[in-house]
Amino acid sequence: MRTAIHFAIGLIFGLGLVVSGMIDPAKVQNFLDIFGTWDPSLAFVMAGAVAVTFAGYRLAWRNEKPVLEDRFHIPESTAIDRRLVLGAAIFGIGWGLGGYCPGPALTALGLLAPGTIVFVPAMLVGMWLARMTASAAQPTPVSSKS
Amino acid sequence: MVTEFTPYSALLGGALIGLAAAAMMMLAGRIAGISGITARLLPPAEREGFPERLAFIIGLIMAPLLWIVVTGYPVVQSVSTNLLLMIGAGLLVGFGSVYGSGCTSGHGVCGLARLSPRSLVSVLVFMGAAAVTVFLMRHVIGS
Repeated sequence: MRTAIHFAIGLIFGLGLVVSGMIDPAKVQNFLDIFGTWDPSLAFVMAGAVAVTFAGYRLAWRNEKPVLEDRFHIPESTAIDRRLVLGAAIFGIGWGLGGYCPGPALTALGLLAPGTIVFVPAMLVGMWLARMTASAAQPTPVSSKS
Repeated sequence: MVTEFTPYSALLGGALIGLAAAAMMMLAGRIAGISGITARLLPPAEREGFPERLAFIIGLIMAPLLWIVVTGYPVVQSVSTNLLLMIGAGLLVGFGSVYGSGCTSGHGVCGLARLSPRSLVSVLVFMGAAAVTVFLMRHVIGS
């Protein structure tokens, strides 16, 4: 049951990426290309997503606990440190180069574009390396936020 | 290449993403962060919640296929055919998102919705870095 619910949530998330056009790297890169062929669509994707999530979170937090679990798992770190900024900068460079962030890349896997087929394994290697770096640097595992 | 400005489908798709993120909090009490969910499937994998995280990712992958079967519309995509570039991009995206504890979903959607200052900094940095990268690639190097 729990697994089926997570599957359904993933399916809705993925449909959102398809409907919004965020699954198309060209659209993402055009959003980032303010001085070129600018396409502001992604600002609307973010606005829609953040607005609904904002309202949904307030609704969820009225309950003492989530429906399926004993407690909420909210990221506790508030530190704005070198790791946060360096990680975001590296991620941003990759996002600009390929037009893919992790969600759309995974979602597009079944569409079998050669660029996607090489991007996803490389991304998994990068994630694994970061986890290794993280666990070597500090005893706590990768934070639950991502 | 030019892409069409599509504000309505962008808003609707965004709302669906928000619905999924809200459901994740309401039902499982968790942030819907794709990079974290994916990274914790890799070795050494966290056993707790493994089937759920895997099911979520399979749901993502099934989405465009279901869309094609149900609506009959294609999923329009233009992915670079420069495979070396895509491998490099993938490495940077994977490493950076996990090292910085989040990507467009975890920091972008969920973090901003939580009004997390940490996530706001992350979003400004990755948006800025991505915009500068695209500018250099398209207007300076001119690929």
